[in-house]
Amino acid sequence: MSHHIVEVKHLQHIYADGTVALQDVSFTIHHGESVAIIGANGAGKSTLLLHLNGYLTAHSGEIRIGDFPLTRKTLPEIRRTVGMVFQDADDQLFMPTVFDDVAFGPFNLGLPVEEVKQRVRDVLEQVGAAHLKFKPPYHLSGGEKKRVAIATVLSMSPDILVMDEPTSGLDPFARRQLMGLLRDFQHTKIFTSHDLDMVVELCPRTIVLHQGTVKADGATLEIFNDDALLAECRLEKPLSMQGCPVCGKGV
Amino acid sequence: MRSIDGAVLDLKRLDLLATGDSVIHRLDARAKVLTTLVFIVTVVSFNRYEFTALFPFFIYPVVTASLGNLPGGYIVRKIIMVIPFAFVVGMLNPIFDRELFVRIGPLAITGGWISCASIILRTVLTVGAAFIMVGVTGFLSVCQALERLGTPRTFTVQLLFLYRYIFVLTEEGARASRARELRSCGRKGLGLASFGPLIGHLLIRTWLRAERIHMAMLARGFIGEFHSHQVSGFGWRELFYVAGWSAVFVVLRMENGAQWMGRLVTGVLS
Repeated sequence: MSHHIVEVKHLQHIYADGTVALQDVSFTIHHGESVAIIGANGAGKSTLLLHLNGYLTAHSGEIRIGDFPLTRKTLPEIRRTVGMVFQDADDQLFMPTVFDDVAFGPFNLGLPVEEVKQRVRDVLEQVGAAHLKFKPPYHLSGGEKKRVAIATVLSMSPDILVMDEPTSGLDPFARRQLMGLLRDFQHTKIFTSHDLDMVVELCPRTIVLHQGTVKADGATLEIFNDDALLAECRLEKPLSMQGCPVCGKGV
Repeated sequence: MRSIDGAVLDLKRLDLLATGDSVIHRLDARAKVLTTLVFIVTVVSFNRYEFTALFPFFIYPVVTASLGNLPGGYIVRKIIMVIPFAFVVGMLNPIFDRELFVRIGPLAITGGWISCASIILRTVLTVGAAFIMVGVTGFLSVCQALERLGTPRTFTVQLLFLYRYIFVLTEEGARASRARELRSCGRKGLGLASFGPLIGHLLIRTWLRAERIHMAMLARGFIGEFHSHQVSGFGWRELFYVAGWSAVFVVLRMENGAQWMGRLVTGVLS
C-alpha cells in the first residue's frame, strides 16, 4: 500500500443551492498520522469529512485512499478502510442492542458468526464497554454512547479513523477518558473539532479550513501561536496556551 | 412530552424482549412466522357472525407469550391500544344490521352487535399474535424469515426501514413538541396555526436524520441486507411446532371449541 494513506487533490464541492463549501482543497496524510481539521462554523469541515468516505461526490478534484482512487467501484473497500464516527452518536447507533450495533459492520463484511462475536468482544473490551454488550444504546450515557460508536467502527478493522467532533457533549471525565482511548489507537486519525485543547494533546498536525479553502497546514503548536491566522479564521488559542485567566501568568 | 417518549421506549422494549432466551426464542424465526400466518388466516376465515368459536384461539398467544416469558401486563396494554381502531371499523354494523340474532331474556342482540364484537375479538387475536411473535423473534429476524420464505428482499428491507423510521419520527416529534410546549407557557401556544410549520419541520428533520442514519449504515458496509448473530435452521423441532399448532387451529376451526368445552362442563356437572 502507498505510504500516502489519504490524498486530496484540488477538491471542490458546491451544494445544490450554489454554496461553495470546498474550493481547491489539497493535502496528503501519511500512515499513522494524527491530524486535526479545524475551522469556524461553516468552514467546510463536515463537508470535507463526508468526502473522505464517499458520501458526497466532488464537483472536481480527486481523492485517493491508500492505493485506490475514490470511485463508485472502490467505495465498498474505501468504506471499510475509512471508519467514520459521527458527531451525534445517536445517528450511529441504530440496532436494538450494543452487541447488534457493533456486529453490524463485520456482518456486512461477510465474516462468519464466530469471528464476528470474537471481534465484538475484543473491541468492546478495547473501548471499555464490555459490560454494556446487551444494553440498548438509548439507555447509555453520552460518554458510553461515544465509546460504543467508536467500537462499531473499530470492529471493521479500519486503517483510518475519521471522527467528527469526538469530544462534543461529553463531561470533563468522559472527555479525558475518550482522549486517553484515542491516544492509544495506532490508526491514522483525522478529527474535526472545536475542542482545541484536545487538538493540542492528540494531533501533532493541524489543517485550518476557512471559507472552504485550506488556510494553513502544519505543526499544531506553530498554528496556534500564529495570532493573525487564528483571528482571520475566527479561531482562538486553546485555553491551555492562554495563560492564567486570573493573574495573567504563563502567557 | 413524556407520553411520546414513553411510547417509543415502550415499543423499543419489544425489541429487547426478543433478545431473551427461551424455548420459543430459540426456534427458527420461519417456524414462528408460518405458524402465526396460519393462525391469522384461520381466525380471519370464520364467518362474520362467529363469536364464541374464536375464544379457544386465545390458547396460541397465551401459550407463546408464557413460554417466551413475555410480561403479560405489557402485552395486554399494547393490545388494548388497538381496540379503538377495531371498534371504528365495526361501529356502523349495529346501525345497519338490525336483524335479531339472539335473545337473552329481555335483551335482544342484533347481528350487527355480534359482527362488531367479532371484529374486535379477531383484531385482539391477530394483532396480539403478531405482536407476541415480534416479541419472541425480533422485527429484524421476522423480516429475515420473510425473505427466506420467498418475500422479495426489496420488500423486507423497506419494511425494516419503515420500522426504523417510526422511532426516528417519534423521537424527533417528541423533541419538536417539547420545544413548542415549553414556550407555550401552559397555554395553547399559537393553537392549530403552529402545527402546520411544526409538522413541516418535523418531516424535514426526520428526513435529514434518516439520511444521517443511512450514512452511518453505509459507512459500515450496508448493502441492503441485514444479518443476525442467531444461527438457526428449520429442523424437526420447527416442523413439529408448525404442524402441531396448525393441527390445533384446523381442529378449532372445524369444531366450536367453546361449545365443546361447554358441553363437557355441563355434562360433568349433570
